[in-house]
Amino acid sequence: MTGSMKTISGHRGLMLEEPLIFEQGSPEKTAVDLPAPPSPSGGDRLGPVRRERPIGLPGLSEPEVVRHYLRLSQQNYSIDSGLFPLGSCTMKHNPRLNEKLARLPGLGDLHPLQPASTVQGALRLMHTLAHWLTTLTGLPAVAMSPAAGAHGELVGLMTIRAALEDRGDPRRRVLVPESAHGTNPATAAACGYAVQSVPGDARGRVDLEKLRAALSPDVAAVMVTNPNTCGLFENDVRLIAEAAHEVGAFFYCDGANFNAIVGRVRPGDLGIDCMHLNLHKTFSTPHGGGGPGSGPVVLSAALAPFAPVAFVAEENGRFRLVEHGMHADGKPVGRVKGFHGQFGMFVRALAYMMSMGADGLRQASGDAVLNANYILAELQGTFSAPFAGPCMHEALFDDRFLKDTGVSTLDLAKALIDEGFHPMTVYFPLVVHGAMLVEPTETESKRTLDRFIATMKGLAERALAGDEAFFRESPRLSPRRRLDETRAARKPVLRWRPPAETAPEPMETAGEEVGRAAE
Amino acid sequence: MRYLPLTEDDRRQMLAGIGVESIEDLFRDVPADALLAGPVELPLHADEMAVERAFRAFAAENISPAGVPSFLGGGAYRHHIPASVDHLIQRGEFLTAYTPYQPEIAQGTLQYLFEFQTQVALITGMEVANASLYDGATSCAEAMAMACRLTRRKRVLLSGGLHPHWRSTAETYARFLALDALPLPPSWAGDEHPEERLDADTACVIVQNPDVFGRVHDLAPLAAACQASGTLLVVAVAEVVSLGLITSPGEMGADIVCGEGQSLGNAPSFGGPTVGLMAARERFIRQMPGRLVGETVDEDGRRGFVLTLSTREQHIRREKATSNICTNSGLCALAFTIHLTMLGDAGFRRLAEVNHARACALADRLAAIPGIDVLNKTFFNEFTLRLPKPAEAAVEQMAARGVLGGIPLMRLLPAWTEARSLLLVAATEMNSDDDIEALAVALSEVVA
Repeated sequence: MTGSMKTISGHRGLMLEEPLIFEQGSPEKTAVDLPAPPSPSGGDRLGPVRRERPIGLPGLSEPEVVRHYLRLSQQNYSIDSGLFPLGSCTMKHNPRLNEKLARLPGLGDLHPLQPASTVQGALRLMHTLAHWLTTLTGLPAVAMSPAAGAHGELVGLMTIRAALEDRGDPRRRVLVPESAHGTNPATAAACGYAVQSVPGDARGRVDLEKLRAALSPDVAAVMVTNPNTCGLFENDVRLIAEAAHEVGAFFYCDGANFNAIVGRVRPGDLGIDCMHLNLHKTFSTPHGGGGPGSGPVVLSAALAPFAPVAFVAEENGRFRLVEHGMHADGKPVGRVKGFHGQFGMFVRALAYMMSMGADGLRQASGDAVLNANYILAELQGTFSAPFAGPCMHEALFDDRFLKDTGVSTLDLAKALIDEGFHPMTVYFPLVVHGAMLVEPTETESKRTLDRFIATMKGLAERALAGDEAFFRESPRLSPRRRLDETRAARKPVLRWRPPAETAPEPMETAGEEVGRAAE
Repeated sequence: MRYLPLTEDDRRQMLAGIGVESIEDLFRDVPADALLAGPVELPLHADEMAVERAFRAFAAENISPAGVPSFLGGGAYRHHIPASVDHLIQRGEFLTAYTPYQPEIAQGTLQYLFEFQTQVALITGMEVANASLYDGATSCAEAMAMACRLTRRKRVLLSGGLHPHWRSTAETYARFLALDALPLPPSWAGDEHPEERLDADTACVIVQNPDVFGRVHDLAPLAAACQASGTLLVVAVAEVVSLGLITSPGEMGADIVCGEGQSLGNAPSFGGPTVGLMAARERFIRQMPGRLVGETVDEDGRRGFVLTLSTREQHIRREKATSNICTNSGLCALAFTIHLTMLGDAGFRRLAEVNHARACALADRLAAIPGIDVLNKTFFNEFTLRLPKPAEAAVEQMAARGVLGGIPLMRLLPAWTEARSLLLVAATEMNSDDDIEALAVALSEVVA
């Protein structure tokens, strides 16, 4: 079987090749009919900077545009196409009701600076979502404005730093387990902190003794993901919280994996002071090919006064936006984005929550954990798991079972592509060699899981049987075969240029991309 | 529960396969007293019709700008979105895909981002652009941090004409990055002169064009002064449609451009999600934040696209990354790029011309009202009025008459006393002659 059969057109059946818009458009064509406006009486008001030269954008007619993007869409794998078990990403079904509601007149078309009297429903919606989030997490306050998970982390750490400085106790360090998402140390650095890594123990958890040893009055916060990136619940979580609090530090929890415990465990009950929520993970808003996300951050009473503007305040059933520090009762860290948060994502997340309800969310986390444990149990024995179960919402394997086969984790992932599955997360977390992190989510049926398990077992058998060449050549059936990432990084081509034009100056070549793990 | 495929029988079989009795047994690592025995105190699950009713009730409490004459801008603009845009971005293959980590099965996302990067570079007149950031305000803060890394300097001048949200976002980031951000006061007198404040410690000057009051500037002289002192010129663009009719920041000499792309393809959505733009000189790319898509070939020699230069990013570099950004605004960038592809060069320019013509018609009509001063000598599609009374009250009174008549500048600049009587109004291709007349009548009444 081969995917590289040559055709005259370059198309292969339903797999239609599509050139860049720059290779098919022409400047005079347009898919938007707008009548020419009358010249402004008295001339234009642009001053001396009226654009004279054309920009060089290609124009296409509407049928060409629709075909272009439809063909591009067909080169994507998506949740709607099949199982997308990308660990740590929570690729659950994205309900279309959410999309419909986000586009309702009176929601999707609201302007952020309308008078408050004309947007009471929107502010009530934000207030309602905040109530759901604080109730589910058991923490008293939530800052709604962060635009994504990493942004929520940043805002959370900003409130921590502001709270510490406010009590005259500036600190310099943040402790981060070595299994953490890369955003955690990057966020701590962006917030002006030195990052100290804390090792894990043999059970895949934070090493409590080493964490205690690293704690000192100079530590501002401990950042822990729970459930952690090995898919395990940090069962010492309360001891971690106590140890952090004992030296006056705050306990930040990365809530990326909240989907495992939503409706069953309230982070506030575990001693957590601050946690961001990825609405695009736990609460079903679409990932959209990499955003937009939304990352509200829940806060303890000690941190709440430092929450950034803008936020919604309620008085006697009327709502207003507090948009400036000078109008706030607390001591906000300032503003962290334009306007008041990813409102379109708030609509979608609340629609999902109201659809699921307290009972449905609890069932969802239960099913997510059940699905992951089912995969762990069924693949255990063929695949090697570094830590004992039960796991939470994702099952972690390492590459010990591939030892001496010549087949790598990456090869196995690429072979899964030909089998019609999106690969799991590979080479993350970094603490496990050749990691494969499988997160099925609760929105997959047993039938899909059984097919996936059978496929995974079949591939493992093939690897163990020594069919190294098969894996090296994978994938064969996808729109593209393996792409040369080294070349892309050595001599970056980041935009189309007309054939005659070349890059204005030679690029420095760092060559540092070699060996990049395909996360 | 319509989103959950497992049946009770499935669950029994799976639990038996795992070798436990119940789902609760799988949560045994959670401290027992932290495990809730039943649902939290929130409503139980609801059917589609019930949820839709609840949201229609939320919507009914708002005034939709689509239903009334509306002249709001200030960093978010109401433009016509062609029907094809919203249809195409809702294709499941786009909507429900993840960040394109497996490029063999993500060429759709990667190619449109490559096209997006090229379009953004073209309209800003810059060499390269990234695959988007959260929004204009955060893009501005990231541009500031990038300029400081590039110059190894810490002082930043923030123009008084920079959108106050962008300015305060940059100030917040600066505080935590230990940068020295100096906000220049807003002013009508044209006496800002940042070029006189440049020195060997100044990493960058950030100016907006058109500025928050709507004024259009020739930034070439400032660019020359910046170059002389080794300072980078960062140009902020809040209304991207203006680039159809105004000389691009790149042609004026900008080093970095940060922008808000909401105007193309994206509804205002009460302020988010939108799409942050960032473009720069090519030699700066290793200090750029966010995703970058690059061209390469696959094993069969066919052109393809991948995420590249990831060693700038948090998942490789951790605390040494250029930014902590992980997600971008993929789907909003898709809406932007589809809309701009539909417009093309001719359509983009035409759209800008229509916007400018509507704004000129509006300015001329409002200037005829006794007591109203149009303060701008130059503008694109937005300008500032001085009213004979506080603008906040005027806006509320106009809203009561069913007209969303602009943004009181006090709302953006509460500490600037001069702002009390200033009203910011924008006109786009969506505003008809009737709308303009309705605003003129409402404004005449409330200032009379």
